[in-house]
Amino acid sequence: MVTTVVSTMSGTQRDAAVWQTLARVPDPEIPVLSIVDLGIVRSVEWQADELVVTVTPTYSGCPATELIMSDIGRALASAGFAKHRLEIRLSPAWTTDWIAAEAQARLADYGIAPPGVKAVSTTHVIDARALSRRDRGASVPCPRCGSMHTREVSRFGSTPCKAQYACNDCLEPFDYFKPH
Amino acid sequence: MVSDRILFDYLLRLADSDLVLAQRLGEWVGHGPALEEDIALTNIGLDLLGQARLWFAYAGEVESRFEETGRSEDALAFSRDSGEFRNVLLVEQPNGSYADTMARQFFFDVWHGLLLAGLVGSHDARAAEIAAKARKEVAYHVERSADWLIRLGDGTDESHARMQAAIDDLWMYTGEMFETDDTDRALADEQVGCDLFALAQPWREVVDAVLTEATLSVPKAAFMQRGGRRGAHTEHLGHVLATMQWLPRSHPGAQW
Repeated sequence: MVTTVVSTMSGTQRDAAVWQTLARVPDPEIPVLSIVDLGIVRSVEWQADELVVTVTPTYSGCPATELIMSDIGRALASAGFAKHRLEIRLSPAWTTDWIAAEAQARLADYGIAPPGVKAVSTTHVIDARALSRRDRGASVPCPRCGSMHTREVSRFGSTPCKAQYACNDCLEPFDYFKPH
Repeated sequence: MVSDRILFDYLLRLADSDLVLAQRLGEWVGHGPALEEDIALTNIGLDLLGQARLWFAYAGEVESRFEETGRSEDALAFSRDSGEFRNVLLVEQPNGSYADTMARQFFFDVWHGLLLAGLVGSHDARAAEIAAKARKEVAYHVERSADWLIRLGDGTDESHARMQAAIDDLWMYTGEMFETDDTDRALADEQVGCDLFALAQPWREVVDAVLTEATLSVPKAAFMQRGGRRGAHTEHLGHVLATMQWLPRSHPGAQW
């Protein structure tokens, strides 16, 4: 029985087992990333004998959030962590900077241009001059051929976290995980 | 200390503007001028709906401090009538043409971004964290709607004329966004809410810059409609609510 194994683990082993379990829960829209890769698991704690996993949503309206929460609950229960509670934390707000470099490389292999790492702006005010410029934004490398000669097709793609791009050289359309 | 009743009212204002605009954007599903636009508009609607839910959930908790129970997100969204809605009049205006939808979105997005930037520093920790999250999403919305204003305004004669007409028609709904009443003042004094009056100038600077780039003129008309935040709405809101609320009111407790 899995539960027996869990009950004999040390605290560190138990935490490692929880993180391993969570690292096997895929993002439902981007299965090449786990929810741990995505950076949405904020903490794993024990309150007496209850496991508390804290998760932060990517976008406020992301329809995958509820599915992710139920996937986490199922994965924990089947790994022997039946007594658990899931909490949502909003602050600090999720950023793509929390997607690890190794996971970003996997995204590119999968055909999604990764967001890269940007300094998180804490004082983002609306800049009139930037808004009235027509040509904004650095170009995004094509995940298939590496060309920088790409164009934005639409600011939103198949999910709220992605934009649609196309490569002018290899002509392939691709998704771009927006820096957020 | 700000009274919970005042805070509740303020949270409904934030939630209702998000919800009503989300519903309006949802009307574009399957009707967008191109598939990409259909997807983009509904994604923005989804962001706004998510933000509305965060505000409603908090409002319900605040309500439970002075009523026997606080209402759920669904009860707040689906069981109030138009006179109880606190959204600004701008967001309930019909979708019209794509120029009308984009002009409405642009005016709202700039205001929304400035409002949330102000709320990030709120002394109410929960409001501050919701604002911090929402602001990142809205930064993207405003870039997109500004792009469309420029593209249509500085496009063909037809698109320019339509965009100018949309700007002119909606202008009278913009003044209300910067009006402050007792609720706003009470919350601004406690550094919980944002001083709306102070947003007027930065809003105007952004609008002027983008309209100029779009070769559009800023309307001269000074008359402004008002009343949304005290529940006096245009006739359009009732129709929006009829569509949005019909199912949960006809089939209470219905589940997918």
